[in-house]
Amino acid sequence: MRETKFWTWHMLAGVVILVLLGFHMVSMHMGGLTGICVADRSHDAVDPGNSRARDANPVFMWIYIPLLGIALYHGLYGLRTILFELSLKPALETAVTALLVLVGLGLFGLGTWAAIAAHGAALAARG
Amino acid sequence: MAERNLTARDVVFHIRRYSPERDKSPYIQSFTVPVKPGMTVLEGLHFIRETVDQSLAWRYSCRMGVCGSCGMILNGHCTLACNTQILDIAKGELTVGPLPNFTILRDLVPDLRPMFEKHLSLKPFVVREDEADVNSPDGEYYQSPHDLEAYLQFTYCIKCGCCMGACPTLATDLAYLGPMPLAASYRYNVDTRDVGRKNRAQAAGAAHGAFRCHYAGECSRVCPKGVDPAKAIQWLKRQLVLDYLHLAKKQKPCAKQSGPGKLPRDPKIPEAPAYTIEGAK
Repeated sequence: MRETKFWTWHMLAGVVILVLLGFHMVSMHMGGLTGICVADRSHDAVDPGNSRARDANPVFMWIYIPLLGIALYHGLYGLRTILFELSLKPALETAVTALLVLVGLGLFGLGTWAAIAAHGAALAARG
Repeated sequence: MAERNLTARDVVFHIRRYSPERDKSPYIQSFTVPVKPGMTVLEGLHFIRETVDQSLAWRYSCRMGVCGSCGMILNGHCTLACNTQILDIAKGELTVGPLPNFTILRDLVPDLRPMFEKHLSLKPFVVREDEADVNSPDGEYYQSPHDLEAYLQFTYCIKCGCCMGACPTLATDLAYLGPMPLAASYRYNVDTRDVGRKNRAQAAGAAHGAFRCHYAGECSRVCPKGVDPAKAIQWLKRQLVLDYLHLAKKQKPCAKQSGPGKLPRDPKIPEAPAYTIEGAK
């Protein structure tokens, strides 16, 4: 039953990623066309100026933190599934799960800290 | 005999042999079999045992695709030896091996016990809560043709293990429950007489359960009875997810009807003729 829970959230995470990644694509890679969240349309969306402007925008921070968490869960669960295909022993399966949880939490913590710090730095630079 | 010589064509059977007490590892032994049109692989194996090598072992019983005993891999395709005609699948050479993904007991005899243990873990029977009624029924459970249609095709499974032999997931993960048990689980879950869906979900939704299926579809392709276990597994996954999210439509239990002889007689149905033998009842 535990796997049903994991798999259901894996599927739902996929749907949420589709939405949030859609926002990412529109704002980051099609910003020149759409003008969404691009401070200076004369420059590319990944231009440092535009990047700083996005960092200062709290909407970005509150979209990217969940996107990171959900993408990590989706990706690491997929990796776990692939690894489990290798007929691991139960003890090794538990160790792999624990390791992936630790890696996931570590990366999520790091990414969250980076997003919040970048937001704070962008706001401070603005004065 | 003369007739056979006129119409027979030689086909070389390359058979995978293995006897655990004698051989270190399996090996291939070849036999030439004079094949007549219509001759099945099972008959070919009988010919070898009767005329060349009495030690060749395989499992069979009904010889007509019903018992599911003679599942084996023929020219790379898991199927029944009894309902496969040699000339349909081989021109001059035929490779014969035991079903993959099982331990070999001897020659073409796989150990099917793990499959049946997994099958049993999913409670492949109608589960009822009212035990008193199961032990002394006083009526029958009515199912509409629509209710029957939901699981009918899955009842055709003969547990031959061909789907298990063809499953690529089972090839890498021997703990995976496999197509036959999971399809059986779905078959009973959608049976309106059954209330055991929750219990089966424990095993079907476990680590090596339904979610390990990648939908390769080989199980459905090889099934000699035309059952579609791959579809059953996808439906089972949907059931498990919807049950977990509490979004599943509640299955309407089938109504109980009065037992035989308790309903009023339909006057349009004529009475049965009298017994022809005196005293017989």
